[in-house]
Order: sequence, then C-alpha cells, then structure tokens
Amino acid sequence: MTEHNVNSWADDIFQTLMAYRIRQVAYVPDAGHTRLIERCRESSEMISVPLTTEEEGVALLAGAWLGGDRGVLLMQSSGVGNCLNMLSLPRVCRMPLLMLVTMRGEWGEFNPWQVPMGQNADKALTMADVIIFLADDKDRVRETVEAAARMAFEGPAATAVLISQRLLGAKTFGK
Amino acid sequence: MNPERSQHYPLRRRVVVKALLEERGDMLIIAGLGASAWDVTAAGDVPLNFPLWGAMGGSVPVGLGLALAQPSRRVLVITGDGEMLMGLGSLATVAIQQPSNLAIVVLDNERYGETGMQLTHTAGDVDLAAVAAATGFPIYCEVSNEEELHSELPQILNAEGPVFVNIKVRAENLPLILPAKDGAYLKDRFRLALLGPDAVS
Repeated sequence: MTEHNVNSWADDIFQTLMAYRIRQVAYVPDAGHTRLIERCRESSEMISVPLTTEEEGVALLAGAWLGGDRGVLLMQSSGVGNCLNMLSLPRVCRMPLLMLVTMRGEWGEFNPWQVPMGQNADKALTMADVIIFLADDKDRVRETVEAAARMAFEGPAATAVLISQRLLGAKTFGK
Repeated sequence: MNPERSQHYPLRRRVVVKALLEERGDMLIIAGLGASAWDVTAAGDVPLNFPLWGAMGGSVPVGLGLALAQPSRRVLVITGDGEMLMGLGSLATVAIQQPSNLAIVVLDNERYGETGMQLTHTAGDVDLAAVAAATGFPIYCEVSNEEELHSELPQILNAEGPVFVNIKVRAENLPLILPAKDGAYLKDRFRLALLGPDAVS
C-alpha cells in the first residue's frame, strides 16, 4: 500500500462530496479517513464537525437537512453500533443520510476487539434500513460513493459505503 | 439523590416555555422528546417547531446542525434533563463549533417524565450548567425562580452564544398536548416554512 494509493481514493471521495454540494462533514476520526478529513477541513465550502460519538453525527445531519444543508458522516466500523437508535431519526423523518464507513475487523485485523462490529456493521445497518454499498477496489470507490450519494439525496434515503480494510492496509502498530 | 425537592420548585414548565416563545419571531425551535415537546406544542403548534418523539440524546446535535446551516436565524433547543443527560458529549461538540446563534434550554425537573417520573442524575449533585461551562460555553447559568427567568430571557433569545440555561422546574404531570407524530410530515412542514416550496418538491 503506497501513499499514492491511499490518497487517490480519498481524493476521489472528496471530489464527489464537492460535486454533491456537501456542506457539513461530521466525523469521529479514523486512520483510514485521515486524508479525507484533512481535505474537508481545508475546504472553505465545508464545515467540519468533530463528534464525541457517531450518533451525534446522525442527529447533526438531520438538523443540517432541516436547515437546507447536505452533509456526510465519516466513521470507522466500530461507530456503526453507536448509531443504531439515532438512525430512527432519518428513517422516520425520511431524511437523506450519507455515511462513509472505513472497515476494521474485516481483512487481516490484528485486534480482536474490532472484529465484532467489523463482522456485523453491514447487518446492523441493514437492520436499521440503511442501504449499503461495498467498496473494496480503489478504482471503484468514486462511482460507489456517487451511487450512494445519489440515492441518499434523491431518495431521500439513508445510505452507507463500507470501505474495505483491504484499501486501508491492516493496522499493525508497526509490528 | 433527593426525591422531594423538585416537587416544590416554584417555576412551572408550561409557563416557562410560554414565556420563552411569547416573542419568538422567526426563531427555529427544536424540542426534545417527551414533556418538552408537549410544552412547546402547548405554546403554539407552528411549522417552525421540530418536536422529537424519539432519538433520545439527539436534540442538541439536531439544533447544532440547524444552527450551522442557518447562521442568520436564532435556533433554540428546548429539552429535558433526561434527554440532555443522554447526550452530554454533544455539549462538547457544540462548544468546539461555538455557534453564536444557538441557545439550549433544559427544563430540569429531575425526573424521567414519560416513564413514570423516576429520578434522573440531576436529583443528585449533577449540575448541567456546570457541565456546559466546563465544555466551553461562553454563556451558561441556572435559573430557579421567576425573577431569574425574567433576567435571563434576553440572553436566551438574543445573546451571542452558544448559550446554555438550565431551568429548575417543578416535577408535575400535565395534560398531554401532542404535536403530529409523523416525522416526515414534521420535517416537510418545517422545511417548507423555512426554505420554501422547492425544499419539499
């Protein structure tokens, strides 16, 4: 995994978010989202909102939509579990929600504590009526995020792109 | 925990909310689930109210997203102590953003009203205004009587925020005055009034 590869798909996502006029970017940091968060924080057209827990982001983006702003929620797979009850808000109110989830516990994971949500993030999201898209090829991340954004904002619907750990490189703590 | 004291607080929640909303102008209101949503509805069931029926812990971040999207409009979150306690972290998230147009009012009766008036943590020594202060709210206070409410009203309605005011109110069960519960309708009603017909087409 080279630096260039990491940056290219993150830049593809950033350009897609710009094209979809995303204004509020809510996130709990993840190593896999480092580049995208940097790009969003540098953008004068976006407001970056770091969260204390991912469910805040679901509620924040509901408020953003009430006020006419589009948003995106960035998190890692462990955060999906934190969102479940709050996902009733976009579902009951029929609001758009675009989530981009970087996976842990899914491909060569060294930390067993990441595995439960890594193996169940898709099921949990499906249970909450979120439409899921899998992205495990760096050359197809852009079209996948575009598809998810279109269905979120044209729906309106809650959609999530699960970005495979294969694209991120398994974390090793340098071992 | 003190199970007695909030039964004797002088301020009554419906009177407080009526006073808050009497001169609301074009203010946008987010109401937390339960009694706070009924109180806001009792003061006037209007399109620029967004009452929550669930999403517990979400009223403050909903208000934050709205305040960031509409920086020229005043946004007021009215919620209860139980709902606020479930989303304490969101106060830190608000404080980092420092939205000057956002005010948060907690109607603190030290009870979970919808589930049988069980005690919340504020029936102990938990001080929500102090939590807001610790996260970095520039304006925060606690209100416990008519005189304090009167003197804090201008801050809640107009001060450069974010503003956090915890209002100690009497624990009481009041007649239910319910808003519509279809979230899609409440959302469309709000967006139509705020953004115009294109927002719901």
